[in-house]
Amino acid sequence: MNLLAEVRLVAAKDLRIEARSRVLLAQVLPFGAIVVLLFAFALDPDRGVLARVAPGLFWIAVLLAALLAIGRAFAVEQAHGARDGLRLAGLDPASVFLGKAAAIVVQLLALEVVLGLAVVALYGVDLRGGAVLLATSVAATLGLASTGTLYGVLAAGLRARETLLPLLLLPVLAPVMLGATRAFEDALDGATADAWPWVALLVVFALLYTGVGMLAFGPLWEDA
Amino acid sequence: MNATVTGADPRSRLLPQGLGRTIDVLTVLAMGALVVFGLVIAPPDRFQGDAQRIMYLHVPAAWAMYLAFFVTTLASVLWLVPRTRSMVWDRVAGSSAEIGLILTGLTLVLGSLWGRPVWGVWWAWDARLVTTAVLFFLYLGLLALRAIPADPTVRARRSAITALIVFIDVPIVHFSVNWWRTLHQEATVFNPELDPQIEGVMALTLWIGVLAFTLLYLSLLDHRYRLATLEEGLADRELDAAIEARVAAASGSAS
Repeated sequence: MNLLAEVRLVAAKDLRIEARSRVLLAQVLPFGAIVVLLFAFALDPDRGVLARVAPGLFWIAVLLAALLAIGRAFAVEQAHGARDGLRLAGLDPASVFLGKAAAIVVQLLALEVVLGLAVVALYGVDLRGGAVLLATSVAATLGLASTGTLYGVLAAGLRARETLLPLLLLPVLAPVMLGATRAFEDALDGATADAWPWVALLVVFALLYTGVGMLAFGPLWEDA
Repeated sequence: MNATVTGADPRSRLLPQGLGRTIDVLTVLAMGALVVFGLVIAPPDRFQGDAQRIMYLHVPAAWAMYLAFFVTTLASVLWLVPRTRSMVWDRVAGSSAEIGLILTGLTLVLGSLWGRPVWGVWWAWDARLVTTAVLFFLYLGLLALRAIPADPTVRARRSAITALIVFIDVPIVHFSVNWWRTLHQEATVFNPELDPQIEGVMALTLWIGVLAFTLLYLSLLDHRYRLATLEEGLADRELDAAIEARVAAASGSAS
């Protein structure tokens, strides 16, 4: 089996689990939505602050929801010896990494669309620069998913994984948070030329950690 | 799960004992010289007054912090390369990361103390400050991971990989935050031309500080390494004692 077929197999498995259990749809998505709602309590909606800081709030909501999604992606391997089954399936660890990351990407992109619509409607944002918004979302999500999958497997076997994962992941994702927020701001301000360097930064981040993940996933996966 | 195989000889040291002692003594001497030069001999800064003396600690602490994290990265790579794999490198990586984290905290606190009189604020959202703060949390996470008990080889492997993940992130954080905002004073000693812009006694004091903190780092690394071997020796001994007790209890009940 070639790499792509293996990746598709693992990704389809994770997406099928989600389609049947609906944990992201029924729990993580509402969680993101309530975070978007809570920001309005923190920042008075009458003073027009919300629309100005909407990009940052959107990405914080996505980041928090992503932590849950990543935890979920490895929690499903915990029960019924699923991890051992996957390990014994004879797949290349790199394709397991890419497959799990791809499933996270698909789920997060769907989440971002819904949360994005909520932000636009609730915070009164004028949507502009669609190409930049799309490219930023894809690149940032790839970075989120690659680092998330890498740290997800690292923390998977640990007792303190729920608390350790955010501590490990959030500082590493600081550049993603920064780049995605600035790119969104530039796009909404109509300054798309300023946004592309940030998108490039996000792409570099995603490529770098996808490469590291493909190399490092194997040994971590064996230990988990 | 053969935990006992990797257990170190509790007497093993990173540096030969004589060299370690010499470094300890030199550290104390250099620190004493730094106190005398920094507080007495060096003149107060024309613009910043006595507050500038904090720089004699802040800059060397930042230098030693980079040194410590560089050593952590190097030791992690040496552990990951099969030909040089040894628990020595795991201990060096962990010890150095711990010292680096303390130095990062020291750099942040000293910078904040200096910033209050000179910039007028405890904290500014400046590129290098933000980068250092992120650096602090990156290595805090690494140490939290290291603190979780596991089979020594498993722990060493995931620590080494995490150290590399973190290390790769540092330039990206630095670069992105730099784009975002820059206000910090340009590096004075380690500027791109490596041409110090301060003169005379003040420059000398700063160099004494760099020397003192480098020695302090080496001394702490040596001691922390020895502590790590002692901890491993203790864990092994406790395991042996527990096995012996279990065996004794089993043979007792059988007879």
